[in-house]
Amino acid sequence: MDGGKIMAGSATGLARKGALGPSRSLTEPRWVQWIAIGVALAFLSLFLVVPLVSVFVNAFAKGIAVFAKAIVDPMALSAIKLTFLAALISVPANLVFGLAAAWAITRFRFPGRNFLITLIDLPFSVSPVISGMVFVLMFGAQGWFGPWLSDHGIKILFAVPGIVLATIFVTFPFVAREVIPLLQSQGTDEEEAAFVLGAGGWQMFWRVTLPNIKWGLLYGVILCNARAMGEFGAVSVVSGHIRGRTNTIPLHVEILYNEYNFAAAFAVASLLACLALVTLAAKSWVEWRYRNEN
Amino acid sequence: MSTIFAKTATLGWGPFWEVVSAPRVVAAFRLTFGASAVAASINTVFGLLVAWVLVRYSFPGRKIVDALVDMPFALPTAVAGIALTAVYAPSGWIGAPLSKWGIQAAFAPLGVVIALTFIGLPFVVRTLQPVLESTEPDMEEAALTLGATRWQTLRRVVFPPLIPALLTGFALSFARAVGEYGSVAFISGNMPLKTEIAPLLIMTKLEQYDYAGATAIAVVMLVISFSILLTINLLQAWSRRWTGGK
Repeated sequence: MDGGKIMAGSATGLARKGALGPSRSLTEPRWVQWIAIGVALAFLSLFLVVPLVSVFVNAFAKGIAVFAKAIVDPMALSAIKLTFLAALISVPANLVFGLAAAWAITRFRFPGRNFLITLIDLPFSVSPVISGMVFVLMFGAQGWFGPWLSDHGIKILFAVPGIVLATIFVTFPFVAREVIPLLQSQGTDEEEAAFVLGAGGWQMFWRVTLPNIKWGLLYGVILCNARAMGEFGAVSVVSGHIRGRTNTIPLHVEILYNEYNFAAAFAVASLLACLALVTLAAKSWVEWRYRNEN
Repeated sequence: MSTIFAKTATLGWGPFWEVVSAPRVVAAFRLTFGASAVAASINTVFGLLVAWVLVRYSFPGRKIVDALVDMPFALPTAVAGIALTAVYAPSGWIGAPLSKWGIQAAFAPLGVVIALTFIGLPFVVRTLQPVLESTEPDMEEAALTLGATRWQTLRRVVFPPLIPALLTGFALSFARAVGEYGSVAFISGNMPLKTEIAPLLIMTKLEQYDYAGATAIAVVMLVISFSILLTINLLQAWSRRWTGGK
């Protein structure tokens, strides 16, 4: 195949069929492809699949009875309850905050707008431990609001409100980040048309804006929920680890693990692993629906 | 966030320097940023390979693999931590063969790198995928008709436009790794001067009610993280100019 240069005119058509030989085509030879696929899959197995499988294997290592006992343990149940409570408050809160922030950023020009955009990403770029520490510095005994709060008998740190606040903080960016690009690309034409045709503010939002961003919104909520239920670093700082009172599922896993109660730790962890699998499935489904509609 | 800087200001310059230059703190910084850089580099190389394989080749189970890449985003870090520890511990599925070769993974700096690679894995893949999907075959066809071998085409035509996305992916994965706490806390063994990372040191100081010391370390981390964030924004502006120039 030395004639590659001379046959230039027809090369593209031939190249696709591989008629110009292995090194003269638009894709790599089959064996190179298989090696690349093999290496990529080996890498993903080592880092993703094997650890995930090990969670379930370790969870059932000592039989179903030990697994079930770890789940229905009162401490585990109270951790599950607290995790659901934190997610149940922080996800809707961030749905509202995220929408409002995205709306303000894409629909209005105001001083400090760019600063707000940077601020939204802050919880992503800061260590969760530092996020939690902010609340200690604000609400702790020596903190800014600490003395006032203790005078009024309000407990935020090492109590449920602190956990909820920390969860809201670290999960704030998810909804806003998904919605901002959608609102941006959608533009204001349709909304203006609705307005001209006599729609009120709410009507315009429910009938025009929301249908256009619903998949992005749902996507953000799914990721927000996964992080809210799984957050460890920030919650660990503010919780105080009081068993049965301020322990979330991830913190309960840590306690069991540090007590060398591995079977129970993995049993409770397997609940979170299931949550992760459901999250991935839901996420793929939303992506698929979104692609079908567009 | 302003509370952090306010709290550090109460410390004064001298004591601040004393905290952040203590050998234990310096060792933690070195491990945090060093291991994060290694993990982000591993993710850049393999992320490029995974993204390429997912976009360009077809093989059974491709869609499942594609969905699986986001696992580190969905799996709580505490679960990732105990799972990776179980697998890479000297008695674990992968740790046992490794220790026969004399390599200790968990409870050693290598374990920190493994955990940070896990949590940063999706960033490079997800930054590269859209770029790879949007590249037209025109350029590759042109290179081919001009007589380039496939390897030359990959090296000279396909690869250069990917560099901005690769750098962005590296920076995102690095920034995430620097702040990571949950997974590393389990796999590292938390030995001072050896396998203790900076976020863990903050945690320890908070538990000892040494708030000023904890904030001093946090300030150093924040300043470095913000410079990384700034770099990401500059890189993205640069890559927009690159792709918009067509």
